[in-house]
Amino acid sequence: MRKYLVAAILAFPSLVMAAGSNYPLDKAEYDLTDKASLQNGAKIFMNYCLGCHQMQYQRYQRTFSDLGISDELGQEYLQFTGEKVTDYITTPMPAEGAATWFGAPPPDLTLVARVRGADWLYTYLRTFYVDEAKTFGVNNKVFPDVGMPHVLEELQGTPRETYEEVMVDGEMVERYVGIKTDGNGRLSAEEYDQAILDLVNFLEYTGEPSRLQSEAIGRGVLVFIVVFFVFALLLKKDYWRDVH
Amino acid sequence: MSGFLNWIEERIPMMRVANMHAIQYPAPRNMNFWYVFGFLATIVLVNQIVTGIWLTMNFEPSAERAFASVEYIMREVDYGWLIRYMHSTGASAFFIVVYMHMFRGMIYGSYQKPRELLWVFGMLIYLALMAEAFMGYVLPWGQMSYWGAQVIVSLFGAIPVIGPDLVVWIQGDYVISGATLNRFFALHVIALPLVIVILVFLHIIALHEVGSNNPDGIPIKHKKGSLSEDEKTKYEIHEYYTAKYDIADDVVPFFPHIVLKDLVAFSIFLFGFCYIMFFAPEMGGKFLEHPNFEIANPLKTPEHIFPVWYFTPFYAILKAVPDKLFGVIAMFAAIAALFALPWVDRGRVRSWRYRSGLHKVNLLVFAAVFVFLGYLGGTPQENWKIVASQIATIMYFGFFVLLWMYSKNETTKPVPTRIPR
Repeated sequence: MRKYLVAAILAFPSLVMAAGSNYPLDKAEYDLTDKASLQNGAKIFMNYCLGCHQMQYQRYQRTFSDLGISDELGQEYLQFTGEKVTDYITTPMPAEGAATWFGAPPPDLTLVARVRGADWLYTYLRTFYVDEAKTFGVNNKVFPDVGMPHVLEELQGTPRETYEEVMVDGEMVERYVGIKTDGNGRLSAEEYDQAILDLVNFLEYTGEPSRLQSEAIGRGVLVFIVVFFVFALLLKKDYWRDVH
Repeated sequence: MSGFLNWIEERIPMMRVANMHAIQYPAPRNMNFWYVFGFLATIVLVNQIVTGIWLTMNFEPSAERAFASVEYIMREVDYGWLIRYMHSTGASAFFIVVYMHMFRGMIYGSYQKPRELLWVFGMLIYLALMAEAFMGYVLPWGQMSYWGAQVIVSLFGAIPVIGPDLVVWIQGDYVISGATLNRFFALHVIALPLVIVILVFLHIIALHEVGSNNPDGIPIKHKKGSLSEDEKTKYEIHEYYTAKYDIADDVVPFFPHIVLKDLVAFSIFLFGFCYIMFFAPEMGGKFLEHPNFEIANPLKTPEHIFPVWYFTPFYAILKAVPDKLFGVIAMFAAIAALFALPWVDRGRVRSWRYRSGLHKVNLLVFAAVFVFLGYLGGTPQENWKIVASQIATIMYFGFFVLLWMYSKNETTKPVPTRIPR
């Protein structure tokens, strides 16, 4: 009887919510301990994203220090708008104008990884494709009709949907196989995937800057609790020996 | 030192109360793991109060600053993230231990005579806890804070005649706004914690008056003079209890025996708690919902609105009923039915160990239905779930109806007069 109860309790947290889009998400194997990856992610963010999106809850200085970048280097290579190193990472784009130009103000990205999840971001940024019917000439597989232009086209090249012809029930049909670029970007397909992974890694970091510290403290705490448990159990057994 | 203690004792009964209610309190020696959740609930309550005090030092209860101040705590307050996660994980942990505590009471008949008021006080704590948790969830001012509040507060609008005015009165505005956030903050940090602490005090006073139940549901207090010296406990029990009753050799003193047992349970609980807190504080979006990391936006409704997991069984009952007013009534009836449990159960045998197979099945089905309702209320709506939640709702209330029917003339096993060795 007790077995079933325990099973029922254990099953409860695993009732995970379904994802919003049906497009299969690629797994983002990000690594918060990889400083080079985080630094590259920060570089991409500051160069390509910050023009429209801000990180109003995160400060430059904290970011630099967590990523192993000195204030001087950070200010020289990652800060472009003349703020102080202690300022929050805000965009120079006026919010009112942004709402008019894009239909909605570009969302703050400090916590976007916690809202969307790393896999969603990783897939989203790799599934833009040419769609002349749209305002910015592109559409997205994960976020259909998104109001954002493909800012990273310069890196990826012009992405197009590709199809293959397959035989289904005796008829030839076109089946979607993925996104392929014209090869006119500065990065190869593999390099682009890696660049996006670095960016996702950085967004994952800004979503929760305390993550690594939390896990480091957590490991120590768990070891302490196990040791404490052993002593508590032995003491309890000693006092209860003559009860039964 | 003892002179100083005596000086105090002559002026306030410090040791007398400690001996009476903690050290020399007689606890049945067969209390099993189900009996640790009351202690754990107290621990979590203390955790919530202490971390809550620290959070208020940097939290700013306004629509403009609430979300940003939480992120300020997460990023710029020293160990602010730890305090915040202790509080957010604690909220869910509170409900886990409280649900276990309540189910313990159900399987061992701890609500039966003479513990009816003890049960009612417990239910009042549960009710206050739900209000406390709901208002606390609004404070970070994320999307789910806002829209969850919208859904829950609008339920009061279903009440005939006064409903719409009542909603405005609760919100302090025509919509959920900064005014709502401010009053929820006041209620969350002062009013409700005060109510909860007082109710917990009354819960414990009531417990110590009637004494702890145990897995066999067998009393440990016997009529004065009915037990021989051999049958009486050898432990030192406070005279408050021994003066009125003969305490059987079925008890252990609360200290050190129960305290040590609780300490073992506490370390197991703490391991799980800390694991979640340090490694998975979102608990896959169950403890901290993903959309709540986005600031509240009254113009953008989230794709799905779910209350936090501990409310989802009642949310499923609400959604199962097509009519809003009757849905609200069904939801409150689901809680009211639990209040009435001591009178719904007309049986005289407490523990399910000595009750009928039907009772055991009824209890287990009830627990399963409650978990299933939680699943239905916490996942996106699908067609099959409408019917499923309606069936589950009927089964939820069916538990009480069945219990009322069979408990009067239930076939039970003979209950020993002493706790079996």
